[in-house]
Amino acid sequence: MTVIAFTFYLFAVSTLLGGLMTVLARNPVHSVLWLILAFLSSAGLFIILGAEFVAMLLIIVYVGAVAVLFLFVVMMLDIDFAALKAEMSKYLPIGLLIGIVILMQLVVAFGAWDYSAGIDDRLVAPSAVGENTNLLGLLIYDRYIILFQLAGLILLVAMIGAIVLTLRHRTDIKRQNIIAQMHRDPAKAMELKDVKPGQGL
Amino acid sequence: MIGLEHYLTVAAALFVIGIFGLFLNRKNVIILLMSIELMLLAVNINFVAFSSYLGDMVGQVFTLFVLTVAAAEAAIGLAILVCFFRNRGTIDVEDVNVMKG
Repeated sequence: MTVIAFTFYLFAVSTLLGGLMTVLARNPVHSVLWLILAFLSSAGLFIILGAEFVAMLLIIVYVGAVAVLFLFVVMMLDIDFAALKAEMSKYLPIGLLIGIVILMQLVVAFGAWDYSAGIDDRLVAPSAVGENTNLLGLLIYDRYIILFQLAGLILLVAMIGAIVLTLRHRTDIKRQNIIAQMHRDPAKAMELKDVKPGQGL
Repeated sequence: MIGLEHYLTVAAALFVIGIFGLFLNRKNVIILLMSIELMLLAVNINFVAFSSYLGDMVGQVFTLFVLTVAAAEAAIGLAILVCFFRNRGTIDVEDVNVMKG
């Protein structure tokens, strides 16, 4: 077995293990950590395929942002996860059934796949080193510039949407009023009284 | 030697795991969202494998856009979840019946 093949099987097995444990783990925090394992090892698969830019993007976007977002939400919400998991065994048979049916469909689809003649000449070996980032940049900043801008717009809308959904103004707490603070002056803030001896105010 | 079909097999298995997760965790929306992320990851593996073996970079460009949409979807989904939890105090899918749909 070559080094490439060994690395492929290592990353493939850990991707699938990560995915399976994400679904099966009892504790959602563990689920998120297994999800991070799945993302990291599929980034390894992408590097074997020679797509190093997408691999790094996967680590930055998924592990750095999405998985941490999941982790924040899991830890922020005060939920009895054991109660949610209690009925898991009820759905196990139907889940397994549908999973096996779809797996069978995929096996049938891929098994009956006929390659056209001369496919081996058209397949190229994935190059582990190359100008992947350079080529990708040439494509997305030139031919697909509109789609690239639209992707940015989608992210902007998602950001604004998430802020609007989660922002709330609580009326039961005291807040700092900076304008009022800045416009205070001694004349309005305090008053001098001349207290006569023996009389008091 | 590792060929295209090896990657397709991994992606198919990961996709089925994602669907299995959707059915297994019917109550917990957080795990449902994670299952959807797994399915999108499987699609991305397919895209990159085909792109690499056919020598066509457009597959990786499409992966970029799938990644963008997945990130946006996760952000919006979790924001809705937080909002829902504030109002109802639960994230059980079966309690999501305000609109009586």
